[in-house]
Amino acid sequence: METILKIRNISDITNKLTPHNSDLTKTTREQVTVEKLILKKFEDLHSCLRVNQNLPELFKEQHIKYLKDNLFYLPSSYESLDASQTWLCYWIVHPLSLLGVKLEDSDKSNIAKFLGKIIFRCQSPEGGFGGGPSQIPHLAATYAAVNALIILGTEEAYKIINRQKLYEFLLRVKQPDGKFAMHTGGEIDIRGAYCAISVASLTGIMTKELVDNTAEWIVSCQTYEGGFAGCPGSEAHGGYTFCGLAALVILNKGHLCDNQALLRWLVQKQMKMEGGFQGRANKLVDSCYSFWQAGAFPIIYSLLAKDGHILLDHLFDERALQEYILICCQHPQGGMLDKPSKPRDIYHTCYSISGLSIAQHFLNEKHVLGSYRNELVVTHPLYNIRPDLVAKGLIYFRNFNSGGST
Amino acid sequence: MSDSSSDECDTQHVLFKNRPEWSDVTPLKQDDGDEPVVLIDYTEEFEDCFDYFRAIVQKKEYSDRALQLTKTAASLNPANYTVWQYRREILKSLGKDLHEELDYIGKVILKQTKNYQVWHHRRIIVEWLQDPSKEKYLTEEALAKDPKNYHAWQHRQWAIKTFNLYDEELAYVDQLLKEDVKNNSAWNQRYFVVNNTTGFTEQILNNEIDYTLGKIKLLIENESSWNYLRGLLVHDKKGISHNKKVADFCETLYNEGNRSPFLLAVIVDMCSEQLTYDGGDGDSIYTVMRAKELCNDLATQYDTIRAKYWVHMAETIEKQAKEQDIQDTSSSTK
Ligand SMILES: [Zn+2]
Repeated sequence: METILKIRNISDITNKLTPHNSDLTKTTREQVTVEKLILKKFEDLHSCLRVNQNLPELFKEQHIKYLKDNLFYLPSSYESLDASQTWLCYWIVHPLSLLGVKLEDSDKSNIAKFLGKIIFRCQSPEGGFGGGPSQIPHLAATYAAVNALIILGTEEAYKIINRQKLYEFLLRVKQPDGKFAMHTGGEIDIRGAYCAISVASLTGIMTKELVDNTAEWIVSCQTYEGGFAGCPGSEAHGGYTFCGLAALVILNKGHLCDNQALLRWLVQKQMKMEGGFQGRANKLVDSCYSFWQAGAFPIIYSLLAKDGHILLDHLFDERALQEYILICCQHPQGGMLDKPSKPRDIYHTCYSISGLSIAQHFLNEKHVLGSYRNELVVTHPLYNIRPDLVAKGLIYFRNFNSGGST
Repeated sequence: MSDSSSDECDTQHVLFKNRPEWSDVTPLKQDDGDEPVVLIDYTEEFEDCFDYFRAIVQKKEYSDRALQLTKTAASLNPANYTVWQYRREILKSLGKDLHEELDYIGKVILKQTKNYQVWHHRRIIVEWLQDPSKEKYLTEEALAKDPKNYHAWQHRQWAIKTFNLYDEELAYVDQLLKEDVKNNSAWNQRYFVVNNTTGFTEQILNNEIDYTLGKIKLLIENESSWNYLRGLLVHDKKGISHNKKVADFCETLYNEGNRSPFLLAVIVDMCSEQLTYDGGDGDSIYTVMRAKELCNDLATQYDTIRAKYWVHMAETIEKQAKEQDIQDTSSSTK
């Protein structure tokens, strides 16, 4: 089934504005400020809609150019991400793949070589990947590197991963009670569990020993609100909730957490006026949660299906989310932003595009806002990689295990 | 030479390659390959510093000048975990004064409050010293800038839990909630304290419910206080619909015409709970029919952004009710 969604009426948006003088907390003041910026964006779009019925439009060409430019050159403002260079690769190649970019073979090979080289240099002799050349291995950097290589999808890329050493690294940062440190001597939180489980499952090196007690530890991070925190006791948060849920489901232990409370919390994180998601209760909308929060929904659907619940539609408002991303978060020259008034960056570009893809697809249906030219390729909600590329990688490494390939 | 924080910031930065005391070290360039990708256009200062950092790591040099270098490197990129890890190795091997380090990292944190590495460094130094006496104060300074800073709360919880510093914490939380009743991090901290000290005994539960209902009265449209209320009621063995105080509170609000989605959502839960409790009162106001009607009201009028969820909830409740009926019938015919 294919549905073209039409945007909400402006009155549907204005009647959801937070009343100005309802209270004078800092939270409300900041919320009111953001709503004003967003209302302006919606109003501008509505006035253009009279001339062009296909709005809002995804600026595909501009995003592709922005991402490709950044693939080769990043301004010095990215120095703060010098310890996240494998992430920079992933944040660029993934949205390009969702935008359906089919590069020339020569370009592809060049990019593969470039990426191969830089990621190879990031790979540590002790296993795992660091955030850049000669940085010590780190679980998040490892996750990003493995994802980027699987997106490249070539044998050359797969072969870069030293699986034996990777496994040794994962065991080294594993703690006896099931959790994972981000690096030797590093901080411990739920990201570590997700990153470790994700790369182990993708590269076929999962063992019982590696994830002993991990599911139980993850479940202990679910809070009274229903979402997951970074560690037991902390506050429910969108990024950590995605990590907790995705990790549990990869382990086939999704039933261990309270799904009903989780779903209740997740739906509550969608902002009624803005349409996008917030990361925590009473915080501001932010486009990266378009993936971290909305991406949890397809995972929940799979759990509900196991319990015999047949869903006919998304459980969040996919139209409002697409409105937020397309109307409020696109930079006219390409790239996406957290919210109006913020600068564009590749992190928010990656997760806005990922979230847009999640919103546009429900099972095999398409629910696209604007024209069909806006449609993106599907993403796998557990790994945030295209499902065909996940399958291809899994097959490659399975054959590897059974000695079919070297 | 001490590792005090006198230099760099104010005076003109001298590149390491121009410093005579570094002339014996050959800088080590980052190996980007011939045709690099995601190449950052580093400033000269950044590149210079990290060229020397790579060189000393390769030499495994643990010295005062190396310690000083890590400070410059960390100021250029506080997210570089390799720098912090190496700095800790130097501190250990030189047996440095860790109180001085604690002061230094405290200053860095207040400039860089949203960064995993600086808080982690702080935690390790506190662990080494076994001295948590400054942690509450430091986190309060960070929270004064942003009362929802996730890292600061996480660090504070760690210090409180590890060193048993629960005293006065509820008063602090109360203060923050007086400043901003929508501060969800403060509500979460309240739960953390009660859960790890008294636990939710009947009396504590009662007090907490009073406190929360009082805050809801102040501001009804507040997800945080309703979430906390629900979190409390989970500990009520009788279930959420059998707490008379809460039920009366909600019914009064409803009868006064309040249709806050948070209120309606709680009443839906009270109704659907009847399904799982045997032999609910025949004349209870919490019925499946009422739950379905409320879900419908939420979907069409009061919480339309979550319309699909409320439709799903209505269906789920209906389905559960049918299953319950079948069970009841089959057990009564036995
Ligand atoms: Zn964001």
